[in-house]
Amino acid sequence: MREVYIVGIGITSFGRLEYPLVEIASYPSVVALQDAGLDTVDHLFVANMGGGRINHQTALSSAVLDHLSLWPAGSETIENGPASGSSAVKLGFQAIASGMCETVLVAGAERMSEVNQLDATDFVATLTHPMAEQIYGITLPALAGMFTRLYMEKYGVTRRHLAMVAVKNHGNAMDNFFAHVHTRVTLEGILDDRDAETNNPVIADPLHFFDMCPVSDGGAAVVLASKEVAKKLGKPMIRIAGVGQATDTHAVHERPDPTELTAVRLAAKRAFEMAKIEPKDVNVAELHDAFTILEIAESEEVGFFKKGEGHLALERGETQLTGKIPINPSGGLKAKGHPVGATGVAQVHEIVLQLRGQAEKRQVKDPKIGFTCNFGGFGNNVVCTVIKKEE
Amino acid sequence: MSVDLEKLLRPVDTPLPPYPPKVITLADGSKMVVRQIGRDDIPDLLPHVEALIHHERDYYDIVSVRVYAELLAYYRYRVVDEYVLIGQINGELSAIVNGRIYSPEIGMSYHTLGLKRGLRIGAHCFAAKMEYHIDVLKQEEVLIVAESPIGFRRWMIEYNLEKKFEIPHELGGSPSYSLTREIFNRARGSLIVGSRPVPQDLLDEAMEKILPPSDPPKAPPDFLAATRAKYDSTGTSIIADPKRKKVSHA
Repeated sequence: MREVYIVGIGITSFGRLEYPLVEIASYPSVVALQDAGLDTVDHLFVANMGGGRINHQTALSSAVLDHLSLWPAGSETIENGPASGSSAVKLGFQAIASGMCETVLVAGAERMSEVNQLDATDFVATLTHPMAEQIYGITLPALAGMFTRLYMEKYGVTRRHLAMVAVKNHGNAMDNFFAHVHTRVTLEGILDDRDAETNNPVIADPLHFFDMCPVSDGGAAVVLASKEVAKKLGKPMIRIAGVGQATDTHAVHERPDPTELTAVRLAAKRAFEMAKIEPKDVNVAELHDAFTILEIAESEEVGFFKKGEGHLALERGETQLTGKIPINPSGGLKAKGHPVGATGVAQVHEIVLQLRGQAEKRQVKDPKIGFTCNFGGFGNNVVCTVIKKEE
Repeated sequence: MSVDLEKLLRPVDTPLPPYPPKVITLADGSKMVVRQIGRDDIPDLLPHVEALIHHERDYYDIVSVRVYAELLAYYRYRVVDEYVLIGQINGELSAIVNGRIYSPEIGMSYHTLGLKRGLRIGAHCFAAKMEYHIDVLKQEEVLIVAESPIGFRRWMIEYNLEKKFEIPHELGGSPSYSLTREIFNRARGSLIVGSRPVPQDLLDEAMEKILPPSDPPKAPPDFLAATRAKYDSTGTSIIADPKRKKVSHA
């Protein structure tokens, strides 16, 4: 298998973008191509979840490719729920590793503000099991609420721990120009004060407003290249050292223990094995915190902390920017935003920024190895990557 | 003669009891003082409202232009029984809410304008406005309309307001919704929050001067402008930039 490098990155502001979906995918692509110093690529993958349903745009990759005048490169649109972005990165990796392509552009984009927030929640809920979950009106916040309740009872996680994740990630997003939410929150304001219950109302008990990611528009892109091309381009040598994917039962209640995120554990394990490293070697991570509980649970499943101890590490400040393993320096999905199809690509974008030392005020000190976990469905299809800076 | 004519143009206000100031803790931990202001303070507000009149996002344009007119009308004595409450954080103007007394039993809510976003500032100040009508003025209901989807979510949905569609609202004749005393009582402690008395240092800071908002709503940067360059609907001019380093991998 050939080695694969990330030679260009681009991103849009996350939030509400008043542009067509095609442009939201194209703009970061242009930036990434510029960053790489390339005019064209052999192949384009565009990650997107809702184009056909909410934007009346199918065959998105063909539209983006044409918009960028990248003919006659090949192209595909990749849909794997909220893990679409990392799936597209994985396919780009495979295309180069196999020797089929020399360069691949991977873009991810979503324009969720096309519909109101109720419809957006309904759209995301279409990823659930059609006969066992969806027909009963399940939503992702509802699943996350039940998961959180179980987690609290089993491991002693409290609302304070969840709020601590929100405070940390909102704080990180303050230093991310492209983040959706630029609002600092405090434990006093969302948990302790007598007015906090109004500032931070219950959404899906025990999850509150500030435990949820926002509904975002946004796009991100990375350019992947073979070692030969990467050397010619003269960019920092940032290599995708490992990719792992794993799946679990579609319906959450069919899992022997719903608090176990087996697909996260296996996807991370496979990525680490491919990269020939261990979780303790990771210097910075972007985890899929669509809900605050997920950052805690994933930090355990990927192996950063023992099962049931992620919240204790959070208490010790180990996941802060200056901690032992900084998690979500970008602000995470929680505050940077979650344009579902773009999220996995944006996670990789952030790790590359960190490894290049270009993350400015949110820069983690001298990281060599980064990690991403992109959580599809409610943990039923997960993609993890290990990204390494080579000297 | 001109003085006499002014007397005819100027309606006579009913003396209204003052709104007792309160302080609300926001999600970021900051303290917002909500207090009533008088006519003399209006010139301090107008420039900050005027700045938003052309802000075509989230209905700030229509709400700002109407608030501007209502404040000016209050200042120039052209509306009867109007009142204005403001929110201030560290002395900075963060919200303006206003309304008027339609009859002894019925209040007419006008507008809610948040000048800082993302912390329920508008919602908190709207709640204070309802508190003024129900608790201070002892009215039985307040007639309300929303001019933005955000307003509709915050008022009609969160409070579950009663439909009073047979009553045209003063703001353009739209069908009214009503916040009754019963609805208000249900919202106490959940949507209606804040505490009194306001600590003296916070109140002094707020009273000393209405400072301009440091982070007012603004248009988002046009990140995609480059791909929408004139004569270049596909955005390829960036790719074709001759100054850019080109590397062929073929």
